[in-house]
Amino acid sequence: MALLERMNAAARKKVFSLQEAFILTWNAVRFIFVPPFYREDVIQQMDAIGVQSLGIVVLTGFFTGMVLALQSAVQMQRFGATTYVGSLVTASMIRELGPVLAGLMVAGRVGSGIAAQLGSMRVTEQIDALNVMGTDPIKKLVTPRLIAALVMLPALTVINDVAGIFGGNVIAKFYLQLPTSLYWATVWDQISNGGFVFRVIPNDFIHGLFKPFVFGGIISLTACHFGLRTTGGTEGVGIATTRTVVTASILILVTDYFITQALLALLSS
Amino acid sequence: MTTGIDDTSEAGVKQDAEPDNAQEAGQDERRETDRRGTDRDPEAVHTDRVRAAIRKEIRADADDEPVAQEPQNPPIIELRDVTLAFDRPILNGVSFAVREGETVAVVGESGTGKSTIIKLILRLLVADTGEVCVLGNDIEKLTYEEALEIRQHMGMVFQGSALFDSLTVFENIAYPLREHTDLDDAAIEQRVREKLQFVDLDPDQVMELAPSELSGGMQKRVGVARGLAANPKIMLYDEPTSGLDPLTTGTVTNLILKLQRELNVTSVVVTHDIRSAFRMASKVALLHDQRIVFFGSPEEMAASDDAYIQTFLGGY
Repeated sequence: MALLERMNAAARKKVFSLQEAFILTWNAVRFIFVPPFYREDVIQQMDAIGVQSLGIVVLTGFFTGMVLALQSAVQMQRFGATTYVGSLVTASMIRELGPVLAGLMVAGRVGSGIAAQLGSMRVTEQIDALNVMGTDPIKKLVTPRLIAALVMLPALTVINDVAGIFGGNVIAKFYLQLPTSLYWATVWDQISNGGFVFRVIPNDFIHGLFKPFVFGGIISLTACHFGLRTTGGTEGVGIATTRTVVTASILILVTDYFITQALLALLSS
Repeated sequence: MTTGIDDTSEAGVKQDAEPDNAQEAGQDERRETDRRGTDRDPEAVHTDRVRAAIRKEIRADADDEPVAQEPQNPPIIELRDVTLAFDRPILNGVSFAVREGETVAVVGESGTGKSTIIKLILRLLVADTGEVCVLGNDIEKLTYEEALEIRQHMGMVFQGSALFDSLTVFENIAYPLREHTDLDDAAIEQRVREKLQFVDLDPDQVMELAPSELSGGMQKRVGVARGLAANPKIMLYDEPTSGLDPLTTGTVTNLILKLQRELNVTSVVVTHDIRSAFRMASKVALLHDQRIVFFGSPEEMAASDDAYIQTFLGGY
């Protein structure tokens, strides 16, 4: 009986938490179109989420591209197909690794930061202070972070993709002795052979830009949700930070699968 | 004694005030209680000493005494039969009114729901039953946006100051002005300087500092300045003197008195610092066992023979 009651209480807590997450999402999106607009906060968050993540994203992309080229070259050498290493690196980076890696990196670096910042504001009553001064904390704190993440994550992903493809180029040139022009020709072949939407936008770009847009929303809203619900002082801030990174990372990986399946079905038709 | 609420009489607080005794000199009373202490029950001696100390406290600040409010002043804040429970009952049938220009100190033991009352007034919490009226509006019936608008007439000083640590002192105080007024930058700076001077801080020295660079007492004063920035009709204080040394406690208490005297701001002060409460309050509300068990002037509280009040003051 006690076990059932505990399970019931835990289930109710989860449902309420989910309900709060949906309400937060709805309000954060709604406030994008409702004045006052906190432009300075949006720009500040773009800097924190985007510009300050550049280094980690470029490094991750570059070395992932190099590893991809290296591993695939070992296998492709058996079939004399090393000339296609550019295609492989491009497809992998643009469609999958670029968005997912940028998403995971930003979830770790920015998601944890947002959760810690909002969590600290919650436990030091700064969120209450905003409320008392007639400011909606969702409008002031969540919506600017959501907008910044929605804009900056696709931008970071493009940079991650480019860094990865350059990383592959380095391996192709110095390890496989492939001419740079041949490598870039296979890169373009891969992009153009994937097909186009409206005859202009490569399908690969749709995959590569839609996913980080969704991941940006997941990271910012998950971090804000856990940050704003922080209780229990500094220990609570730590818990909120950990939960943000774990939840956002899992959601990115699960969502990636479903988006990929949906886009493949949609774009192939 | 003017009880002001039903709870007080329900709680059976005896009201045999001692107006004549209250006029006696504190030193004489202390000596008298000391002399009698040799052949009296130690508990009674202690109670007498506490009363004497409190009377002395009240008289010592005769010049700072809160301006007596006319009883016909309309209530600015009114709680009517408010009940609230989370996993346990917090408030049960709490009623009291704060009239224009009054300073009401809500006192009580830790964890009795004193800060909850402030959160109810601000509608950061909603009561299970009962009414919370602020500036003539039943705040619980307002929409969220309407409640935000009402809050613009209230200033709040938090226990931990709650200054935005990502902003400078200037930006903290300017925040409510930038949010809710059309003042230009020059007017905002002038207002910020004026408020900093009011709380006895040198604008040129502190304006560009981060909150983390200030001492606890200075943070509290900047918190008061921020609360005052939009010239609110109501000021709410949550443990304004907690964690401060006696000198800084005196400074903050004087500041609240100054606000009352010079700006006639209606205030609610939640505190367990009974000494400060007696100095600054025109009325004291004692919260115990989820109810207001006393509501009256500091003199009336000091003179009360109620056992719980005596025990509570005994801790002072």
